[in-house]
Amino acid sequence: MDNLLLMMAPLFSSKLLLVLFFGTLFGLILGVLPGLGPTTGGALILPFTMTLDPLSAIVLLTSIYCAGTYGGAITAVLINTPGTPAAAATCLDGYPLAQKGEAGRALGMATVSSTVGGIFSVIILVFFAPMLAKLAYEFGQPEYFALAIFGLTMLASIGEGSPIKNLIAGAFGILISTVGKDFMTSIDRFTFGINELTEGIGFIPVVVGLFAMSEMLTQSTLINQVFNRIALKAIKLPSKEDYKKTWKTILRSSGIGSFIGVLPAEGGTVASLIGYSEAKRFSKKPEKFGKGSIEGIAGAEAANNAATGGAMVPTLALGIPGSATTAVILTGLIIHGVRPGPDLFREQPDFLYGIFGAMLIANVLFFIFGFFGAKIFARITLVPNKILWPMIFAVSVCGTYSLNQSIIDVWIMLFFGVLGFFMRRYGFSVVPVIIGLILGELVEGTLRQSLVIFDGNWLMFFTRPIALTFFILSLIALAFPLIRAKKIKK
Amino acid sequence: MKNVQKQKRANKSLPFFFRDEFRVSLIIILISLALLITTFTFDIVPPILNRGIQPAAFPKALLVLIIIMTLLVYYLATKKPWKVQKKLPKSFFLTLLSFLIFVVVSKTLDFFLGISALSIFVSYYWGEKRIIYLLLVGIIFPIIVFIFFETILGLRFPPGILTNIYYS
Repeated sequence: MDNLLLMMAPLFSSKLLLVLFFGTLFGLILGVLPGLGPTTGGALILPFTMTLDPLSAIVLLTSIYCAGTYGGAITAVLINTPGTPAAAATCLDGYPLAQKGEAGRALGMATVSSTVGGIFSVIILVFFAPMLAKLAYEFGQPEYFALAIFGLTMLASIGEGSPIKNLIAGAFGILISTVGKDFMTSIDRFTFGINELTEGIGFIPVVVGLFAMSEMLTQSTLINQVFNRIALKAIKLPSKEDYKKTWKTILRSSGIGSFIGVLPAEGGTVASLIGYSEAKRFSKKPEKFGKGSIEGIAGAEAANNAATGGAMVPTLALGIPGSATTAVILTGLIIHGVRPGPDLFREQPDFLYGIFGAMLIANVLFFIFGFFGAKIFARITLVPNKILWPMIFAVSVCGTYSLNQSIIDVWIMLFFGVLGFFMRRYGFSVVPVIIGLILGELVEGTLRQSLVIFDGNWLMFFTRPIALTFFILSLIALAFPLIRAKKIKK
Repeated sequence: MKNVQKQKRANKSLPFFFRDEFRVSLIIILISLALLITTFTFDIVPPILNRGIQPAAFPKALLVLIIIMTLLVYYLATKKPWKVQKKLPKSFFLTLLSFLIFVVVSKTLDFFLGISALSIFVSYYWGEKRIIYLLLVGIIFPIIVFIFFETILGLRFPPGILTNIYYS
């Protein structure tokens, strides 16, 4: 009861409410802009937080985190450009639904599932933080490798292309992740003497290129076609039937997201992909995924926002960031003299529960902004392409450049735009490339480190219970679509 | 539907080297082979320092996997040919050209001039002939984007004619 009262503290402080309002709005704007996001936003605002007291500073950073993670869905739905990497999976069904003239429905579902996912994870955070932190501590390199393999099992079934084409695209994505200096030996790989490539190929240029730029090229082939888009439908919000259809998916993805978020260095991107994949696996209509499935949006969005609360668990309980943005929050905690760790729960409960409460309120705030703004945002789809796409190009180029202030990122984005167009033209889904890129570093890194630990003995993977569980889950995940396809045939 | 069937039959009658599945598979295999050869130029960690596998091993395995799977895709396509794609329209090549214009202008003159040039070019060729809208997408919007990124987010854009004037 005391903890609940502590959580409600931000509600009774006008200063904290103002900070929350500003943080949520700022986070939403950053989330919407491709290339920027809660991590960049948090880093930008970090010096400013020095003028605030520790609680206000962390409340500001966490509200940017929550709202920024959700904000990425808005552009993912409207213009097929994920504002944040975590929203990449939202494009898969959000954009096709917007193309059908149902952008409001897609945005409404993204908002509701993000809010539920976010609130769910805060509840998990409040009740299970110390316990989950201990579980995360059990994860070594072999367990992460097994988790990454589990993540890769979705490659064959995700997207519209044939499973083998998806696997080729996925392997290509993993290959992109090997560009740059090898993390174990510092040996250059595929850098071709270009200095900028030694750091590797960034995630944002590839995502913006494959989704936004390739879509721009696709639109260029359709300018003479006439679309009968029903304007009024674009501002229609989800129906009761939609919620009935998706509540199980939202809860499942919230659980998945919270768990993945807890694992250090994982975070919303992996969570949303696994949430989406599991939504498809459990769906009664998996064939609708990738063509505008409302369950797909719910699965991805609930998971990526649930990861925000999950990622705060190792950050606060162990001092290990659960994602890139929580690394910024951790920096914020340290510069304000707060020492994260198990003692924090005992020594400064008011501070800790104040953060939890602020996250809860931030989720409600972005729900208000998002749900009531959905009708306004949805009107973007009604802007003619000849005006809209040059504007998207300008924002995409600047957003991509802003990441590292590197012009080579812009060239990479354009390259992947052209590549993405031809991939889609010949039936290769671009989504597996993204999944491969996300999981590639994790797969190779954890595999090589595990082999060092096991002295080169591959069989040792099967002696670790958690790793073995994930391998078994991977096999089940691979077999499940085949079994279901056989059942449907019967 | 009739048109599609006609296209499919036409595809089967084409010599194999003119078919999409052959050309796409060939391009993937050639690029993969070139990259595979590149992996042999990667530095090798001396045995005394080597822990686990060599840095080239993982990319090599991936490339071999890609080549095998591409061969499998081609084999399957010989049984069930791919759909013939429509010829790309002129507007696609013009949009591609606009990317090139953007690269050249932003490399030689100015980053924002490049964005303006592309925006006006694309908007015009996609059918926008009204000057006011061309000004909106080509000049006003890039200025708004510049102000947002430069002043609010504190970003510094690459040097060029316009940015130099602004920064000086």
